[in-house]
Amino acid sequence: MTDLYQSQRAMRHLRKTALQRGMIAILDVGTSKIACLILRFDGLEEPGEADGMGSMAGQSNFRVIGAATTRSRGVRFGEISAMNETERAIRTAVQAAQKMANVRVDHVIACFSGGEPRSYGLAGEIDLPETLVRDNDVARVLAACDAPDIGEGREVIHAQPVNFALDHRSGLGDPRNQSGNRLACDMHLLTVDAAVVQNLLYCIKRCDLDLAGIASSAYASGIAALVEDERELGAACIDLGGGSTGLSIFMKKHMIFSDSVRLGGDHITSDIAQCLHVPMAVAERIKTKHGGVYATGMDDREMIEIGSDSGDWDKDRRQVSRTELIGIIRPRVEEILEQAADRLAIAGFSHLPSQQIVLTGGASQMPGLDGLASRILGQRVRMGRPLRVQGLPQAATGPSFASTVGLCLFAAHPQDEWWDFDIPAERYPARSIKRAFKWFRDNW
Amino acid sequence: MQSLGRTLPPRRDPAPSRWSYRMQRLWLTPAFHRFLRFGMPALIVMLSGALFLASPVRREGLVSLVTSAKQQVADRPMFMVNLLAIDGASPELADAVRAKLALRLPQSALALDLDAIRITAENFDAVARAVVRFGAGNVLQITITERQPAWVWRSEAGLILLDDTGHRIAALAARADRADLPLIAGQGADLAIDQATALLQVASPLSSRLRGLVRMGQRRWDLVLDRDQRILLPADGAVAALQGLIARDSAENLLARDLIAVDLRNPQRPVLRLGTPALNALRAVHGIPLLAESKS
Repeated sequence: MTDLYQSQRAMRHLRKTALQRGMIAILDVGTSKIACLILRFDGLEEPGEADGMGSMAGQSNFRVIGAATTRSRGVRFGEISAMNETERAIRTAVQAAQKMANVRVDHVIACFSGGEPRSYGLAGEIDLPETLVRDNDVARVLAACDAPDIGEGREVIHAQPVNFALDHRSGLGDPRNQSGNRLACDMHLLTVDAAVVQNLLYCIKRCDLDLAGIASSAYASGIAALVEDERELGAACIDLGGGSTGLSIFMKKHMIFSDSVRLGGDHITSDIAQCLHVPMAVAERIKTKHGGVYATGMDDREMIEIGSDSGDWDKDRRQVSRTELIGIIRPRVEEILEQAADRLAIAGFSHLPSQQIVLTGGASQMPGLDGLASRILGQRVRMGRPLRVQGLPQAATGPSFASTVGLCLFAAHPQDEWWDFDIPAERYPARSIKRAFKWFRDNW
Repeated sequence: MQSLGRTLPPRRDPAPSRWSYRMQRLWLTPAFHRFLRFGMPALIVMLSGALFLASPVRREGLVSLVTSAKQQVADRPMFMVNLLAIDGASPELADAVRAKLALRLPQSALALDLDAIRITAENFDAVARAVVRFGAGNVLQITITERQPAWVWRSEAGLILLDDTGHRIAALAARADRADLPLIAGQGADLAIDQATALLQVASPLSSRLRGLVRMGQRRWDLVLDRDQRILLPADGAVAALQGLIARDSAENLLARDLIAVDLRNPQRPVLRLGTPALNALRAVHGIPLLAESKS
């Protein structure tokens, strides 16, 4: 745990230097595409103005000066499976973005969707030594949270305090400088497979870049696709990606749950490829051009040229009706949405006051998906697109860039994490001296 | 059978190679970019210059190239001095200045140091001021203002002409050559020429009798009149003392009497030194034995 604490602090330090230099790259390593944005930070935000915990970095004004997307290679289910291929794809994206921005970037914040994220809710409680909450009291209460058994070979990528309670008052965003006797906190812990993080780290290092931060893409797309009141009142964001579908539930501006389904748009494509006996590239083209989830009478008559390159005339001139195509696509989409609904039910989403669900990600562009999703997930479903970001090219404003844009916002307004607070005083040997000094001061 | 449809060539990998990726990042590094834009050209220029100048033959060639170019400009006819003209000086002085300068004409005006020429001309005792000008018609014009002789100084080195500031002008062969000028004598007389001028002005009633002024001990003046009469003036207030004496002389006709010297060195107690006949007359009045008549 201390190891991770140190490495996360090191990453945070790198991020600070990158923000001071004013240049940072955003890398979204997805299953179907790898996107790279280069951000330039201009001015300093006045600290302490934001509500809630406030952003620690104090930087908000940024502008996208370079953007590049490339087809992802060697990534399956959001995890790196062929490192050389992925490295080349990352190099392509980074080089193109650098060329557009005409600057060199050294620090990169990355997100990925794989690694089987698991959520844990932790609670901790301490007695306050004084009646006033100090910074190190916050660190102490975070350290006092009972650590769950996260399992062998897993690592924490997010550990965010989501709620503080002082005596009987709960729902405090920032307890510092408030008076009370007992401080309690709830922390949301997100763990992923350590090997996945290690692979990504190694891959980025091989591109001569420094990893200055890492985030789960479900979290990032939640930041980008949910609007302010949805994040405040409670909503779920479902990111229908290429290889996996990420879920994140937000409440009171904090992520309180995240999970992922290892199914995505690529599975629909592979279904089409298998059923129609076409290559994946052709299947992808048919899916994006003619795909849908609701068949009408019109679709029976709409014949789609499949085309092929086999040299067999009969095979190369095959046609399918759009209804048949929808018949291939729809069961898979239903399966994905049902799995997502199951995960939400496990998380207790039905107990939340607001049942808003936002669909985003590349696969959410399937026509008619909102109707199907509302039948499976509940009535309050909407399609989400990422927030507008200054300087973002038009091509990168679609829902498939939700996690990329979310990562930009994550870089500009980082949520306080456990490792952003100093090591609690208990870890220092100086504590006994401090206590003696305190006793001395109290008695004389 | 080969497919009749269009055969796609194998898709080219768009990924940059490791080295081209690194090269591009290097290019985008600002320091490297600056070095290539400014540092490298400067380095190349300096290096090539140093290599060129490394050989002494080429260095000398460069120097001779510069000097010959300079020479070509200097030798153009409009810069040539063909004639030296000296104005405002007596022919002897002009010849002396010409001989001292020893200019080899024709010569380029750019090679001449006009200031040095002026200083050389002004170093002559007879020259008060010289103006050197390279004028039209390729003439080097030296306009000389000569010193005007005002005094004759009988010094240890002989007779010397002085101007009104006491500056030496020339030697004089005989006093009779410039009988119109007043005579001064004594060591350091040229240094107190202002006092001598003032005294001469005051002594104008005596001008017919005045033989000259003698500087005594570089401290005070003596006026020497004919009949070997001397007026000894004090070091301070000499003009006032002389004015007093001249007033008395005009009232009592003092200096026409048989006096050898009038000693005014102590203003409270002027002393008259009588000549031997006058002294004997005085002694006879008082019944004191007479002095023998001296020869001088």
